Amino acid sequence: MSALTALTVAGARAGLAGRAFSARELVDAHIAAIEAERGLNAFVAETFDRARAGADAADARIAAGEARLLEGIPLAVKDLFCTRGVRSQACSKILSGFEPPYESTVTANLWAAGALMLGKTNMDEFAMGSANVTSAEGPVVNPWRREGDDKALVPGGSSGGSAAAVAARLCLGATGTDTGGSIRQPAAFCGIVGMKPTYGRCSRWGMIAFASSLDQAGPLTRTVEDAALMLQAMAGRDPKDSTSIDRPVPDYAASLTGDVRDLTIGVPAEYRMEGMPAEIEALWAEGVRWFREAGAKVVDVSLPLTRYALPTYYIVAPAEASSNLARYDGVRYGLRVDGDDPTEMYARTRAEGFGREVRRRILIGTYVLSAGYYDAYYLKAQKVRTLIARDFERAFESVDAVLTPTAPFAAFAIGEKMDDPIAMYLNDVFTVPASLAGLPAISVPAGLTGDGLPLGLHLIARPFDEPTLFRAAGVLESAAAFSQRPPAPGATP
Amino acid sequence: MSADGYRIRGRDGDWEIAVGLEVHAQVVSEAKLFSDAPTAFGAAPNSQVSLVDAAMPGMLPVINHECVAQAVRTGLALEAEINLTSVFDRKNYFYPDLPPGYQISQYSRPIVGRGHVVLDLEDGAQRSIGITRLHLEMDAGKSVHDRRADATCVDLNRAGVALMEIVSEPDIRSPEEAGLYLRKLRSILRTIGTCDGNMEQGSLRADVNVSVRRSGEELGTRCEIKNLNSVRFVMKAIEVEARRQVAVIESGGAVELETRLFDPERGETRSMRSKEEAHDYRYFPDPDLLPLTLDPAWVEELRAALPELPDARKARFMAEHGLSAYDAGVLVAARAIADLFDAAAAGRDAKRVANFIMGPLFGALNRAGIEVEDCPVPADALGALIDRVSDDTISHQSANTVIQAVVATGADVDAVIEEKGLRQVSDAGAIEALVERVIADNPDKVADYRAGRTKLMGWFVGQVMKASAGKANPRAVNEALRARLDG
Repeated sequence: MSALTALTVAGARAGLAGRAFSARELVDAHIAAIEAERGLNAFVAETFDRARAGADAADARIAAGEARLLEGIPLAVKDLFCTRGVRSQACSKILSGFEPPYESTVTANLWAAGALMLGKTNMDEFAMGSANVTSAEGPVVNPWRREGDDKALVPGGSSGGSAAAVAARLCLGATGTDTGGSIRQPAAFCGIVGMKPTYGRCSRWGMIAFASSLDQAGPLTRTVEDAALMLQAMAGRDPKDSTSIDRPVPDYAASLTGDVRDLTIGVPAEYRMEGMPAEIEALWAEGVRWFREAGAKVVDVSLPLTRYALPTYYIVAPAEASSNLARYDGVRYGLRVDGDDPTEMYARTRAEGFGREVRRRILIGTYVLSAGYYDAYYLKAQKVRTLIARDFERAFESVDAVLTPTAPFAAFAIGEKMDDPIAMYLNDVFTVPASLAGLPAISVPAGLTGDGLPLGLHLIARPFDEPTLFRAAGVLESAAAFSQRPPAPGATP
Repeated sequence: MSADGYRIRGRDGDWEIAVGLEVHAQVVSEAKLFSDAPTAFGAAPNSQVSLVDAAMPGMLPVINHECVAQAVRTGLALEAEINLTSVFDRKNYFYPDLPPGYQISQYSRPIVGRGHVVLDLEDGAQRSIGITRLHLEMDAGKSVHDRRADATCVDLNRAGVALMEIVSEPDIRSPEEAGLYLRKLRSILRTIGTCDGNMEQGSLRADVNVSVRRSGEELGTRCEIKNLNSVRFVMKAIEVEARRQVAVIESGGAVELETRLFDPERGETRSMRSKEEAHDYRYFPDPDLLPLTLDPAWVEELRAALPELPDARKARFMAEHGLSAYDAGVLVAARAIADLFDAAAAGRDAKRVANFIMGPLFGALNRAGIEVEDCPVPADALGALIDRVSDDTISHQSANTVIQAVVATGADVDAVIEEKGLRQVSDAGAIEALVERVIADNPDKVADYRAGRTKLMGWFVGQVMKASAGKANPRAVNEALRARLDG
């Protein structure tokens, strides 16, 4: 592993500013790493020429003293983001060949801050999945291995390519999107930091929609500070997204004071799930201890509706998806399979273009919105969603952040849980409640399982209180001192 | 036709009809409802399409506040409740000219609630037709089937254009009332500038719900006739559909709730889809859009800035100019005509102007096949023509000829008078000469007249007019004849 690919974003910024190396050298080191690790299948498009050209321009700006926040920082972009002239297909066959003539607001913000794109990362098709096994581009391989076991593991999902790329040191950071846990769960599976901001903090414009009321862009990085830096560039009001919020973007990195003595951390009993491995339980208790040692107050809180979160999510998200994905009809772009009439064309196009999981969710969503079922499912789910948000509001009257495990288990082997969608859905049991409530949340790598796989701890904060979230996460990160890395490049098949 | 007058004569008794209209009015706005693409009519196919209109991946709708203002103005003009919070819903269905696979509309919480439109019936009576609601929604594109033999083409210029759907209560009781309602609504929309009302361009279209019942009974099952694009078709469709329903019921059948199409060539309605085939639109609130909230102060600003509405204008015409309710109602029914009247009546005998508009002008428009709303005659031309009649330059008869030419060709009034030689002869000497000649040529008639057959005066006038080739001023002729025969 090159020393340059081992850097953090913050470290790379310092090195670039001090001329320890050039942006071009930084980019070339990452390109070499990506080329060496194609076996992970983390990237679905490589934009190396563009990255190199951007690096040269960044070097010129740095030399001219005009470096911006992320000048010369090489990043990877989830395939869900539309990037001008570069494939943006949500890893779905139905968007075969789609290269948008426009750039998503979030990626445009990153480029405006000087960041460089190395390529597009693999993901679950339309962000529907928790193991990156539903991608039309094939599964992503987690760079981690169980000790003494060579079996390829999933990186989590849906931002599996981004998480694997960051963990394997193929980029300094990556964009992800989180609808029910799609940033945080893969971050936990890959031993990195994954952060979902408050709903409305980042623009959704140009992000291929899965479930509009839940989708949020966020960073995947190797440190909390890096996540703060990336979000700094990504966030902001966008007049093109009516649900983005007009609030100033604070200096997130500056909130990382390391001091949590004024904070109260809540521990919700309802996140204790039956059958959850004891080592996750133990890690959670360790997290509590770390906060206490850092001077924070830790109290029990109750989030009684937690157990309804997953079923609620699996009504709301598919309902919105069934409508959001109606535009993929073969008429204007992407795949078309002809038929004798429009209806037959739709059926053939969508049957061939969408994978099994996407089809399943379209069917669920169509069902719950249908006449006669709407009140019993969709309307009721919306009411429960409101109550779940109220649960959090009540909890945040007495605590500043909530601490939970990120996922109920560590990474599993590719092929496992494939036959049982419900078992797969359980991946998101701890991340979905914050999604439904629109709250900012972060997964921080905090320990290893007995067989050497990373585990994450999860913090949730009040709406738009990303500064407190980062501050608490920073303390957790320091206390956990998670320094393990996946096997060196080339060690994976 | 009065409210109680319209009946369909069945085999064994009379039937009443109940009609409600759903009018789709295209909002006058520079840009579309949720995108900044322009809305001009007649542009090259797919030249007015934004990424949002084409439903490209990741695109999001953003409400156009001018369209919201137009809907609020319309609601205010319909004296309707303005809902300060309304919600956009998705109506989901697949169609090639509907790029997102859903139409953004307002289902359970429209921007405008109950209001009404007052109709002026021919007998001077008024009827109030209830407005159920008005909501904003986006239009779909257009599928073009005849451009290529091997494919259907899709033109997305219309896709995303803002429509107001204005739904009436089933208060309408005759085809004539439906026509009056549609005209009145169009006049209101045009007056406040929220819809141009061009039915032939599709900016105003109506779906008509028709049911029949025997007098005093409950409303029958309704059928909806879709997409009617002229007042005439609306009236005709109601009539033939009501007759069809009566025939079905009287032959022992039952009217089925269904959607039908009107075929103007064959003068019949045909089933389009039955209830069983009806779409399940799976309405749900659009998660890309926040609920629409209006500031009450802003609504009041819009209210204060509304122009004079047809009903107020009608009252003014009656008070200021002494017009009858019916005449004033006719004049305000079309904004273009009311404006014409207002301008031409200034400094002139208003009743004379009103009569000229409703008589010769409407006649000429009708002859030329021009809707009164599209009247091409400028107010100064109309005024000049009325002045030429008033000052005896031309006769009433000639005025008809002139207005027809002006309507048809836009020609100048005085040029037409000269070109067609319509200037009437008022010169006393010339008329007296003609009178002398007629008297000299008809000594027997003169004798009869003087013997007491004074009715012959008309005949003498006719002879003189004929001798003048119609150009003599009839009043001057009358006076000259009287002076000569009676004197």
